[in-house]
Amino acid sequence: MILEIKIAMLVLVIVCAVASITIKDLLGAAVVFGTYSFMMCLLWVSMAAVDVAFTEAAIGAGISTVLMIAAVFRTTRRTKD
Amino acid sequence: MPELFAEFGNKFHYYSYFAIMMIGLYAMIAKTNLLKKCIGLGIFQTAIMLFYVSIGAKTGAGIPIIDPAVGTADPAAYANPLPQVLMLTAIVVSVATLGVALALIQNIHRDHGTIEEDEILQRLRGK
Amino acid sequence: MKRLALFAVILAGVLFAATASEFPRLGAVDSAPSRHVSPAYIQGSQPQTHTPNFVTSVLADYRGFDTMFETTVVFLAGMSCFFILRALRRRGITEVYYYRHKPTGVVLAMLAPRRVSPHSSCFERIDADWTPQDMVVETMCLFMVPFIQVFALYVIAHGHYSPGGGFQGGVLLAASFILVGLSRDLRTVESLLTEKTAILAAAAGVCIYAGTGLLALCFGGNFLDYGAYASFFGVAVPAARSMGILIVEIGVALTVMATLVTIYKLVSSRGTVEEGL
Repeated sequence: MILEIKIAMLVLVIVCAVASITIKDLLGAAVVFGTYSFMMCLLWVSMAAVDVAFTEAAIGAGISTVLMIAAVFRTTRRTKD
Repeated sequence: MPELFAEFGNKFHYYSYFAIMMIGLYAMIAKTNLLKKCIGLGIFQTAIMLFYVSIGAKTGAGIPIIDPAVGTADPAAYANPLPQVLMLTAIVVSVATLGVALALIQNIHRDHGTIEEDEILQRLRGK
Repeated sequence: MKRLALFAVILAGVLFAATASEFPRLGAVDSAPSRHVSPAYIQGSQPQTHTPNFVTSVLADYRGFDTMFETTVVFLAGMSCFFILRALRRRGITEVYYYRHKPTGVVLAMLAPRRVSPHSSCFERIDADWTPQDMVVETMCLFMVPFIQVFALYVIAHGHYSPGGGFQGGVLLAASFILVGLSRDLRTVESLLTEKTAILAAAAGVCIYAGTGLLALCFGGNFLDYGAYASFFGVAVPAARSMGILIVEIGVALTVMATLVTIYKLVSSRGTVEEGL
């Protein structure tokens, strides 16, 4: 795949990773983690790993995000750190 | 000096994978909120999966499904399926362990009322 | 603590980056992982197992032992969730049951559910965060659920020829149940797929996988050698291996679906499986 697209996706992945551990609202952190999983899925498509991308899209951007939001719903939403 | 730039051009993606891995590791060590630690764990796991699958990628190769026009005479026309299989396993196991981690966090919240690590330690020491 | 962690992490990152000179170049065709067994898998997959998708044949046939234990790990994770959240009920959760009188709209909050029968015509059980205006969301989501399930079954069955297979199809089936749980409420999911059925289905998936392997022993082959079915069923060895791959993918999909739905039900309701997200 084109190198510039790969570099752009890698930069977006790093930005999403830093954002998801920095946001103080845990619901926002869970949603940004879902975005991170979806960018990871695109990276794998660029490396011709379509089975892995399919699984990551279904699991990371689907199930994992829902489980985290459920856990945030049942515990606290703000964090001080 | 020029060979250092050529080296960087060939290996820059490894540096970015290590950067993502270190972001996840930092979140697991330094953050006191248990849910942030779980997010850091997820970031760490996916960075390692990126590293594995990128070793199997080949320039000019197609996806690992037989293309009838190309055939299987030349294995260099297909991406390496072996790291992809191992990482498929890893993704499913990671979501299962995330479920167990979130169940433990809910139990901790029910017992102590908070999911911040320093407050839990204070409560345990104070009692 | 944070400065120390940052310093340690940056040091580790620099040390990792220093080792990057040893790794293969991006996209190298003759890198070390591509030299030994993967050419054999790529060239042998179609003649030996009639599976054009190399990932499926490596996952379920050439490295089937690995996948069997991974299915067991997924099942164990579901059981751990069950034992952590559900099995031992301790105090600390006050369960309040909300009942809404349909003609007048009055909501009663009770601590004991047995005063109102579930079949009464004028009282309905609602969640703590019930809103009356979610008919559009509920109708559209329930309309999409059969399509998601048919697509999931297609992904499982077509895993030999296109990206897909047991894991992806199982996750899609679980996602359809979770969609019902998000648009309606958790009690609907519980009535569609009870806890007992889900855990039995997960165990059945693992038993299908291990049973296929053990049955191959009975027919004279090695453990998980699907070619041993060829003589018994009267088909050629590659067709028997393709059939074996399909059967174990069905087992894997069953376990993954049941475990993910169980984990969702337990995590979103704090173990009580009464009110969810």
